[in-house]
Order: sequence, then structure tokens, then C-alpha cells
Amino acid sequence: MEYFFEILLGGLTRGSIYALIALGYTMVYGIIGLINFAHGEVYMIGAFTALIAASVLTLMGWNQVAIIVIASVVAVIYSSCYGFTIEKLAYKPLRRAPRLSALISAIGMSLFLQNYVLLAQTSNFLPFPNLIPEFEFLKPYQHMISSSEIVIIGTTAVVMVLLGIMIKCTKIGKAMRATAQDRDMAMLVGIDVNRVISVTFVVGSATAALGGVLVASHVGQINFYMGFIVGIKAFVAAVLGGIGSIPGAVLGGLVLGWTESFFTGYVSSDYEDVFAFLFLVFILIFRPAGILGRSETEKV
Amino acid sequence: MFKRYSISLFVTLVVVFVCCIFFFSCSDSKKTEAEKKKAEPIIFGVAGAHSGDLASYGIPTVRAVELIIKDKNSRGGINGKQIRLIVEDDVCKPEVATNTATKLVTDGADVIVGHICSGATRAAIGIYREAKIIVMSPSATNPALTQSGNYPNFFRTIAPDDAQAKLEVDFALNVLKFRKFAVLHDKGDYGKGFAEFAKKFLEESGKAEVLLYEGITPGAVDYSAVVQKIKRSAAEAVIYGGYHPEASKIVTQMRKKRMETVFISDDGVKDDTFIKVAGKYAEGVYATGPMDTTKNPLAISAIEAHKKVYNEDPGAFFLNACSATLALLNAIEKAGSTDYDAVSKALRTENVDTPIGKIRFNNRGDAIGIGFSMYQVQNGVYVELK
Repeated sequence: MEYFFEILLGGLTRGSIYALIALGYTMVYGIIGLINFAHGEVYMIGAFTALIAASVLTLMGWNQVAIIVIASVVAVIYSSCYGFTIEKLAYKPLRRAPRLSALISAIGMSLFLQNYVLLAQTSNFLPFPNLIPEFEFLKPYQHMISSSEIVIIGTTAVVMVLLGIMIKCTKIGKAMRATAQDRDMAMLVGIDVNRVISVTFVVGSATAALGGVLVASHVGQINFYMGFIVGIKAFVAAVLGGIGSIPGAVLGGLVLGWTESFFTGYVSSDYEDVFAFLFLVFILIFRPAGILGRSETEKV
Repeated sequence: MFKRYSISLFVTLVVVFVCCIFFFSCSDSKKTEAEKKKAEPIIFGVAGAHSGDLASYGIPTVRAVELIIKDKNSRGGINGKQIRLIVEDDVCKPEVATNTATKLVTDGADVIVGHICSGATRAAIGIYREAKIIVMSPSATNPALTQSGNYPNFFRTIAPDDAQAKLEVDFALNVLKFRKFAVLHDKGDYGKGFAEFAKKFLEESGKAEVLLYEGITPGAVDYSAVVQKIKRSAAEAVIYGGYHPEASKIVTQMRKKRMETVFISDDGVKDDTFIKVAGKYAEGVYATGPMDTTKNPLAISAIEAHKKVYNEDPGAFFLNACSATLALLNAIEKAGSTDYDAVSKALRTENVDTPIGKIRFNNRGDAIGIGFSMYQVQNGVYVELK
């Protein structure tokens, strides 16, 4: 039974990581119907920024709590700038172009950023310091869950709730929902659509950067390619939960994480991905719009 | 009148010319016939990939043999005989390699340095075996080439693919005295091949149990499920086949979960990046890696000789090829001839100093005295365990 809980917690952590990244995918898709493939790279840039900031702060001799807070804030701000710029450079000029053009532009942006970091930084794996302190109260349960895992799970839950509140209750949230429903109509009633889209990208990138910092600190290493696989998995999670839906992204992430972990734990890790994606196919056969997605008829 | 004269003159000249050629060529052949017994050169065939996309594996061997033979010839050759080279390309392809081998045999090669790739070597050595010619490869690592016992004419100066697995299993069973193992790999050719050998050796030993045999997904965000599985299996040691990024993640997660399970891996993990990334969690990890040759004076001088001629660092298998050539020269010298039985006996009995260490060959043709050592991370560096 203990084994079951260990696997459950491991899957919860993994699922939370996917979910945190999937939130950005799903928000952007919800507003402008674009799959932002560069999202995984923003996550990677967040991790690199945090590493640089943390190294500098460690040299200056700050204490650990200050380091993690400041490094995360720096990473979030820097990555948000990237998100903002990517949208302005790569997607905005293509807003009236066919969807496929924006998709290709997104893939191009992803490759560009990977190679940019490869050249500007390094192709090697870099050690990432363990920023999250070991909590005293967790000592007896350390064999089941570590403090970094708790922080990841907690952060994902908090971010999901905050995003939900933002979209439901704030003015910008209302504008986002309006833009998602009908962009032209939103413009007619006086919503600055460009600003809404920019805010979406900034918020999405901020969650990605937060994910980057936490995951890098959890696994202890980063390199320029780290965003790719996580990006793909998070994209799958977003589709699984119903792309465009915030709770759906989190649910999709958790379902994917648990599927992988339980399959590895009870069957074999050899076919972990095969099984996870088979499961995805089954869900999409019975619920084509994802678990929480509403099926919409395409407007002609 | 003039015309007829010129024709007859022309004919005469032609006749004289032809006679001259005939005469000279006769005398020439007489001369070699006489000298043949005294100084018939020993012919070294060099076969391997010298063009195509794998040329970078084959060219260093050609250069190594050329450099050493040139040096040997300038010092009077062996047993008073000069050495001649015949270089043949097999492009690393088995179907070409059989032609290469046939050509070298008909050209009268006495010994062969090569081939480079395992597939091409396997295709060619049968032909050399029929012709009773000794073949020594600097780079063909396929275990079956020697272990099948089918090719008594085959030798190599590189450790076979399963050498690391063998060393690790022996170390874990006899030095660390573990009995329960988890064998993991990253599903790649290198990692999985290694893990399969490790599993095979563990099972064959009859002393150990393989409690878990799994492939992990490379590049995954974390490996907590696999780590929990290792814990549940109660294995005393993990043997991992793969590279350092995954290894460091697994080791870090195991140690964070307070697991003391010993971690043993291959030379994909014997990399300083592993220690840098895993940090304090890397302490105590075992890994196999090639024996250190950087302090061997013969290796240093061989590399310098290469730099002098080609003005660059030597490529892959250069030192192995130097060693193969030196081993063959030594055996021919000791045997006093290029006789197949005498030379192969000398290879198996006479130790020879080479850039990769003091070597001789076992009955199957694998070099004794080369290969891998066990390393352990101690205080942040890999230390060779003697």
C-alpha cells in the first residue's frame, strides 16, 4: 500500500510539472487559437535565467529563501519579456494569415530559441543548485515525498486557482473571455485586443518560467534541450484535458503523469510513452474535445 | 628512294628498341630472381574504411601503420627484410570487404591490420582464414568475433563490447559481494547492449538474481516511479547502461529518497559532467572507463610522431592501430618468419610494449592487458580502483 502511495505522489509531482507548463499552452490557445510551440523554450530560458541569478546571489552571500524568491522573480520577469517579444515578432504579423503560417512560425521560434541558447550558453548539461530548502517537518516522510515535490504540487494548485480567479473575476479576464469568443466583436465593443493577447502571453510565460525554476531545482540539471520534451508532454496534457480550459490543463497533466507513473510502477517503464499515448488516443476517441473541453462546431 | 631508306631505318630502330627492352627486362627479372630469396619484402595489408562517411575511423589506422613501418624500415626492417604496405579500402561495407580481402590475399599479403568495422571484419576474416593469414583489428568490438572461436586467425587490440559489462559484474559479485541486482538501460544501442550483457553475465554466474530489468525513457522530467520500483525490488545495486544525464537524475533522486543502493555504470557515465551535475550525490558511484594511457611514453611519442607529419592530433583508434602493428612486428621478429603457426604462437606467448600497455593475446585473440578499469567517485573525482 505504501508503494501505491509513493507511485501516486510521484505521479502527482510529474503531473503537476506537466500541468504548470500546460497552463500556458492552454491560455494562448484559448485566446487566439494558436499552439505556441515556443512555450517549452520560454520554460527553458526561465531555468537558465534563474541559474544565472542564483549563482550571482550565492556569490553575494544571500540567504536561501531570498535567493529562491529573487531568482524566481528575475526568471519570471525575463521570460515574460521573451513571451511578449515572441508574440510581437513571430505571431502578431501573422494574425490575419492562415493558421498554418502561425504554427510554422511557432515551430521556427522554438528551434531558433533552442539554438540561440545552445550558442549563447553551452551545449553541456549544467548543474542547477537545489534552491528549495529541506523542510524540517518532512524529515519522517522524506522517502515518500521531498520538499521540492511539495513545492511543485502546491505552486501548480495556487497558480491554477489564481488564473481561474483572474479569468473569472477581473476586468482583463473578462476581456480575455470576450476575445476568445469573438475577436472582431470584442474590438467593436472597445476591447484593446492586442493588449489582451500580450497580457495572455506574459502570464503564460510567467507560469512557464516558474515551472522552469521549480523543475530545474527538483531534478538538479538543465540544458538547452530541456524544454522540448516537457513542452510536448505539456501540449499533450493540454489537449487531453481539453485545450483552452484552465482546469482541463491541470487535470490533463495529472492524468498523464499518473498514467505514466502507474504504468512504470506496476508494468514496465519500457513502454511508458507508448502506453501514455495509447491512453490519450482512447480518451480522444470518446471525448474528442478532451476531458473538460466543450466540443464546438467550427464557425463557417 | 629516300622514302624506302627511311622506312628500313625505322624498322631497324624498332627492332633494336624491342630487343633492348627484352634484354633489359630479362636481365632485370634475373636479378630479382636472384635477390628474391635474400630480401623478399614482408607485406602488410591494411584494410578498412578509407573513404565514405566512416573514413574518419579508418584513416588513422593507415597513418599509424605507415608511420610505424616507415620507422621500422629506416632501421633495417625485420630479420633483414623490408616491409611493404598494401592499403585497400572496404568502405566499412561487408559486401565490399570480401572483395578487399580476396584482393589482399592474391596480392600476397602476409598479415593484415584491419578491418575497421565489425560487420566488414566478420565478412572478411573467413577468406583470410582459408588463406592462413593473420588479421588484427584495432577497432572491431563485436564480441562474437573472438568468442565464437571460429576464427583462430583473428586478433584485436581493442576490448570487445561486453568487456565493460564483464568487468562490472565480476566487480559487483566478487569485490562488492552483492547478490541482488536491478539492471536498467536507456533503450539506446549502447546502453541496452551493455545492459543485456550485464544481465546475461549475472544470470550465468549462478550467484546473483536480476530482480528488475527495465528500459527508462531518456529525457523524462523525473524518474521517481522507476526509483520507487528499485526500492521495492530491494536490489543491493543498480547496474545502469546509458549516458550521464539520465544517470545523474536517477542517482540524485535515489539519494534524495534516502536510498543507499549502490550505483554502477559504464563509460557513458564516467564523465566529469556527471560529477558536476550530480554533485554530492555522485559520491561513491562506480563506473567503468578505458584504462588511462595518457602517461604511457610510447603513446606520447606515437602521438608526437603523428603531429610532426600531419600537424594535427590523431583520430580514432590510432593508438590501437599502432599497438596492432607493433604486436605483429614483434611476433614476426620473434617467430623469425611470417609462418602462420609460428606467428600466432608468438602473439599468444610474447609480451610486447605498446602505446596501450604491455599486451599479449589469449587463445581467442583478445588482448590481455588492455581494456577497462573500474573507477569510483571519491571526493568529487573519478579514482581508478586497482
